[in-house]
Amino acid sequence: MSLNRELETLKQEIAELKEKLNKKEQLLHALYKKQEGICTYNNILSTDEIVRYSRQMIMPDITVTGQETLKNSKVLIVGIGGLGCPAALYLASAGIGEITIIDYDAVELSNLHRQVLHSENDIGTPKVDSAFKKLERLNGNIKIIPIIDHVNSTTINRLLKATKYDVIIDGSDNVATRYLLNDACVLNNIPLVSGSALQMEGQLTVYHYKDGPCYRCIFPIPPPPQTVTNCGDGGVLGPVTGVIGVLQALETIKILIHSPFVLSKRFLIFDGIASTFQNIKLKQRNIKCEVCGDAPTITSLIDYEQFCGSSAHDKVTDINIVKPEQEIEILCFNKLRDDTLVVDVRPELEFKMCCLPKTLNYSYTKIMDNIGDFIKFLDVNTTQLSKNVLVLCRRGNDSQKVVKIVQSHLINHNINLYNVKGGLHAFSKQVDTTFPCY
Amino acid sequence: MKITIQFGGGVHLLFGNIKLHEIDLPDREKHWTIGDLLLWMTDNLLQERPELFLQDKSVRPGILVIVNDTDWELLGCADYVIQPKDTIGFISTLHGG
Ligand SMILES: [Zn+2]
Repeated sequence: MSLNRELETLKQEIAELKEKLNKKEQLLHALYKKQEGICTYNNILSTDEIVRYSRQMIMPDITVTGQETLKNSKVLIVGIGGLGCPAALYLASAGIGEITIIDYDAVELSNLHRQVLHSENDIGTPKVDSAFKKLERLNGNIKIIPIIDHVNSTTINRLLKATKYDVIIDGSDNVATRYLLNDACVLNNIPLVSGSALQMEGQLTVYHYKDGPCYRCIFPIPPPPQTVTNCGDGGVLGPVTGVIGVLQALETIKILIHSPFVLSKRFLIFDGIASTFQNIKLKQRNIKCEVCGDAPTITSLIDYEQFCGSSAHDKVTDINIVKPEQEIEILCFNKLRDDTLVVDVRPELEFKMCCLPKTLNYSYTKIMDNIGDFIKFLDVNTTQLSKNVLVLCRRGNDSQKVVKIVQSHLINHNINLYNVKGGLHAFSKQVDTTFPCY
Repeated sequence: MKITIQFGGGVHLLFGNIKLHEIDLPDREKHWTIGDLLLWMTDNLLQERPELFLQDKSVRPGILVIVNDTDWELLGCADYVIQPKDTIGFISTLHGG
């Protein structure tokens, strides 16, 4: 208990100090701004800006004209996660004049390995706020506009109506948002720098740039929802999202300075295992494309969750498919678990990462591959005394599927399967908070 | 005819978890198109859930087919005639960030 009190006192003190620091930094900022002004030796950039950006400006690829263009540019970054963080970091450093960041999520501990603008003391606060603080501290010469909001047709329409962005960066994590941003970019004639990553692979391209294709030209039909894996389930390595996010910043700068070699009509595949970049030649704009074609049928933003058959976020939507008598509450589970067979149906790698004592692992995929083998496993591991089996997983969704599907095969086996409601997440919340709620 | 098949973006999970396959297509009078290859792969390489790879006799939405670094749509899609030593890639798009 005294440890808890000590923690709370420290947190309080840090919060107060932070507030104090913030105020002093704002004062310092204001003084700098006052002192700065326009440099008598250049019409657009200040003395500090010239020194600050000199290393990129003295290159023939950028030049002072390019730097001035960057200063006058407006970029919208959608999603300030694994891709948005590194992209924003490099664009702010490079002196893009106005960067708007939009995201609705709050910082979680499991974000920090890849979302490099957020730190431990930001957990629970909006990602946009934490990113704003870091970026503002990094570069006081530019304007960062933080927007805590869902990304949907309404919010995107509102943003694009109010501001003429030169480039939009797609750092989102789901299919519906990707189609939404594509259509918004085509309808408003803005290039879209699209990046994505999963596990050890990343992908990058620029859509709707000059006569290049848009996302719909290449992928007119959304993928079946069951083929889409999110980072929460598939995993992803920080440096992989980092590589793609940084490359998104690079392509953005290239678009802004009118480079002839923007990654349009091409698709870059990064394989972090083999350390290879593969550059795929794509087709031109499809004249029959529904949104960027010569006779488009999509002329305003539509309902993208409906179009894709999936939600515009990468959170798991909980299901409810078993009868109440086939479920047990987490507290009840905790009383029974020592004397009952508990089968944890998570993937083996997740089970090895953390598991409850005396539980057995038999993954959902393995069960669905061969239900007969699983039933033999149940026959061997249940006792004469108890034919009850408690089925457990991360959130209580896969376990429901197992109970529903396998129970129908158990008619002559006298075995009863029960779904552990809410899974290990519920266990972590209600029984023991030291069990990792990952 | 020896060719290489490459999987990316998770498609390899349907093909025994192997990303690169060196295969030898059986010799025959008629040439091999990618359309023929898709059927051959379904019979000889695909290990599970064909509906996650094929749909309406082509690849499912969200998979890019690449012939030697070029989108197959520039080469005639399923009608492209496979040449010896071609590398044919099946890459699923990723959506995470
Ligand atoms: Zn298009």
